Amino acid sequence: MKTNTLALAVAAVVGMAAAIQSPAASTGSARAPRLLSQTGLYAADAEGLSIDPENRPFSPQYPLWTDGARKSRWLRLPAGTTIDTRDIDRWNFPVGTRIWKEFAFGDRKVETRYLRKDGPASWTFATYAWNGAQTDAELAPEDGLPNVAEIAPGRWFSIPSLNDCRACHDSARTEILGFTALQLSTDRDPLAPHAEALKPDMLTLKTLSDERLLTPVRPELVSAPPRIAAPDGRTRAVLGYLSTNCGGCHNSESSLAALGLLLKARLEPSHASPHDPVQALFRRTSKWQIPQAPDGASAFVTPGAADLSALLVRMRSRRPSTQMPPLGTVLHDREAIDLVTGWIKDLQPR
Amino acid sequence: MTRQRLAIPFLVLTLTFVSGIFLRAGGPAEPATAASKAAAIERGKYLVNFGSCNDCHTPWKLGPKGPEPDMTRALTGHPADLKVTPSPTLEGTWGIAAANTMTAWTGPWGVSFTANLTPDKETGLGDWTEEMFIQTMRTGRHQGKGRAILPPMPWFSVNALSDEDIKAVFAYLQSLPPVHNRVPAPIDRPEAEIASSK
Repeated sequence: MKTNTLALAVAAVVGMAAAIQSPAASTGSARAPRLLSQTGLYAADAEGLSIDPENRPFSPQYPLWTDGARKSRWLRLPAGTTIDTRDIDRWNFPVGTRIWKEFAFGDRKVETRYLRKDGPASWTFATYAWNGAQTDAELAPEDGLPNVAEIAPGRWFSIPSLNDCRACHDSARTEILGFTALQLSTDRDPLAPHAEALKPDMLTLKTLSDERLLTPVRPELVSAPPRIAAPDGRTRAVLGYLSTNCGGCHNSESSLAALGLLLKARLEPSHASPHDPVQALFRRTSKWQIPQAPDGASAFVTPGAADLSALLVRMRSRRPSTQMPPLGTVLHDREAIDLVTGWIKDLQPR
Repeated sequence: MTRQRLAIPFLVLTLTFVSGIFLRAGGPAEPATAASKAAAIERGKYLVNFGSCNDCHTPWKLGPKGPEPDMTRALTGHPADLKVTPSPTLEGTWGIAAANTMTAWTGPWGVSFTANLTPDKETGLGDWTEEMFIQTMRTGRHQGKGRAILPPMPWFSVNALSDEDIKAVFAYLQSLPPVHNRVPAPIDRPEAEIASSK
């Protein structure tokens, strides 16, 4: 069958699905401005696209892999408000909080995602597709936009649907995933894949504390900045990577909790898994079977055996039916694969 | 009847039929929360039978009157012991084909095998939660967050049901006897295979 016929057939099936699908969103993009420039990201009185200085840049120490996209992030709190940090793992942001994340490949901006807190438990999710002239970005449809930029031969970046956004952002009791105590700790992990160097103007736990933007004031976050508890640096980096790239869905508050794969790093002891997270990876078997592995013997991680570790086998895959994460990426994360492969190979069989 | 090949029009008709009956059946339902568990299971059974779930999730056999679902293996999905032969070459207007059992399908997406819907913990829906099942039908993603659900599963038609009706379907499926049948993983289309490497 010719490729174009294949494409038509796929389009027919997918299109039928999209046409029939009913909107499930109560906090979708319908309330978002049509243009990114109308969201408050850029200074109103500046020429061109100058970021409003009230929007503060930040950089999580364990960034999400998005096929090597260059990302920029900004957060804006309403004047006079603070972040409720009583629950260290689930910060509660004030109504009116806005947050943006820009994705670029090479010198081209491709997409900017936008979250706005509209009420105590209500957020607007929206994403914007940049125009060819790079002068502004337009609100993308809730079904997303496929294939907006070719990022490798035959591999395309797509703007996610609202449902796909929610797959991660609605999986824990906080919608903002990259702006947390762990991610903003000044005790940055030197082995974290793809971590960016902090710039002087970026928000961290220290700047948030210095500017009294946290309630209650938590001096211990500055004097003893949080870090993932691990026996060595490489394990720390692996757990940090898995926390961001897998823990968005695989956490104790997600609908997937029953699978027993809890990878979200928790700082509050009462939130922590009752089991050592590394030990839990050894003990549990995956329902997904490693090809050629004996039936029922696909452990998430098999110490010393990378090829018998379902977690890594799926990280190595970019087949649609097998890959992990299942969405938001079409290219391998080589740096992370090398990190996790070396870690598993050096683990002692038990 | 030879079912080695099914045409796209046939599939479209099938899906349209399935979609239609779900839409007709999915009118405002009595809240399952107010009904007994038995009533929810009964409602779920009605929806499953009317919604043609057995058309693909129950292996077909050749009976005295022709092809029919083998209800001794009801809703157990593609039989693990049935090794499928390579997909036939599809050309021209022929784009999708099904195995004799109606439990394996090939098309532009690759090869998909229908799931074991019985509550077996290792191979079926035994470790699924109600929330997971609802999210799967709402998002078209496995367990609500995973890989895309593949054709010919008309999840978008099931999505037309109310939460209460989807819960009833789940309650019925969970009431079935668990059957251990490990359905093969889907096979991606050839051009997707090259993306996997170490």
